[in-house]
Amino acid sequence: MAEAAGPGRETLPRRVHVDAIRQAVAELLMEANYCIGDDVLDALRQAAEEEQSPLGRDILTQLVANYELARQERVPACQDTGLTIVFLEIGQDVHLVGGDLREAVNAGIREGTKAGFLRNSVVGDPLLRRNTGDNAPGVLHVDIIPGDRVHVTVACKGFGSENKSRLAMLTPADGVEGVKRFVVETVDRAGAQACPPLIVGVGIGGSFELAARLAKQAVIRPINQRHPRPDIRALEEELLEEVNRLGIGPQGLGGIKTALAVNIEVYPTHIAGLPVAVNIGCHSNRHRDVWL
Amino acid sequence: MAIELYVDPSLSPADIRRLRAGDQVLITGELLTARDAACGRLARALAAGEPLPVDLRGRIIYAVGPTPAKPGQVIGSAGPTTAARLRPYLEALLSAGMAGLMGKGDWPEETAHVFRSYGGVYLVALGGAGALLAKAITAVDVIAYEDLGPEAIHRLRVERFPAIVAIDAQGNDLHRQAREEWRRRAGGLAPHRSDMAGAAPGQGG
Repeated sequence: MAEAAGPGRETLPRRVHVDAIRQAVAELLMEANYCIGDDVLDALRQAAEEEQSPLGRDILTQLVANYELARQERVPACQDTGLTIVFLEIGQDVHLVGGDLREAVNAGIREGTKAGFLRNSVVGDPLLRRNTGDNAPGVLHVDIIPGDRVHVTVACKGFGSENKSRLAMLTPADGVEGVKRFVVETVDRAGAQACPPLIVGVGIGGSFELAARLAKQAVIRPINQRHPRPDIRALEEELLEEVNRLGIGPQGLGGIKTALAVNIEVYPTHIAGLPVAVNIGCHSNRHRDVWL
Repeated sequence: MAIELYVDPSLSPADIRRLRAGDQVLITGELLTARDAACGRLARALAAGEPLPVDLRGRIIYAVGPTPAKPGQVIGSAGPTTAARLRPYLEALLSAGMAGLMGKGDWPEETAHVFRSYGGVYLVALGGAGALLAKAITAVDVIAYEDLGPEAIHRLRVERFPAIVAIDAQGNDLHRQAREEWRRRAGGLAPHRSDMAGAAPGQGG
């Protein structure tokens, strides 16, 4: 019983300077805005071939051209360079040194925004609405994981799509059919305004706040990766087919490519509940990560 | 084939009436920019009977908040933002003479009637294509509300800036028409799987 905590058995924590995190955030923020992931670009190219609406095909082709141009010229693909969402997974054997972690993350956002010619899209107070002038602060989610490394993920979330996201506290009786209805209805209501073709992130289970966070994590999962659980994977595929029957199409001007992917994450929940959150992502699904 | 639309710097009522929902246009001339914060200020100034910092008569307002220009660029990325958020200000802007609003996305159902009753149009530019659209902007300066940063009112010179007429002055609504048509067609399709696309013959146009 006593063996676990003996002084001789302690491993020394690995020291990670918060400057390394600041620098990583700045670089990832620029990179994410300039270089859309291959998963999205490949999906857009494929959608441009499969779309049946001629106008939809034309739109998808132009979106591909826009991403190629942004990569080549190293400019933001979209002017909404987003609210910066940072996920830090910190190994429990890491000792962070050199200053305040949260301040380091926000300093990284400021630096990346300035050096990368990104837009100042943040107001300092949701009601007073004065632009902070430096695109900070971002939103920081921290998790403790096993090991001695730090995983930094930066996502740039545009609000045309974020605004269309929804959460429902369904009941156990609503079941999977209730979840499907809510997801399809949310995409239908998002319609043309969220910049389709969309990436639909769904979080099922947990609590009120965890469902929303799962949905965000689902949105930034590569869209060419299906869920490892066969039943969830089947649900992802079924929902993608359903939302693509809504007719919304690229930019909401009609077609069969309303979404490029539906990504789902699940977590255990209470016997009385079935939380479901839908985080709508636009096609400009920008995120980058690095292990320190 | 796209229609060349000259806005230098305003459109006449006859120019506006010729535009039809679904027309693809290439705009050459001058646009004003205004999004949430600037449109709110314009609407409040109108309500208070104060003079506007810019004459809106015949003008096209482009709902955009561009990124800063990198050295050597005229402007940073400059794609449209969601127009429907400007719904509370729409009547005010149209009553001040705005000829057209350009953004992305559809509007609540009754909005097409608002454009019709004021004789205005709604155009859409390609959402999320800010890098590409910036290529059609040849000059930019801030003319009002500079304190709003990216939301300030800018004057843009554009050359063959691509857009689509989404609501015309007759009240036709492209988003609604396209969606109804494609919901019918897409709903009638067999479940569409990317891995079947090569094997199954397409449904054609």
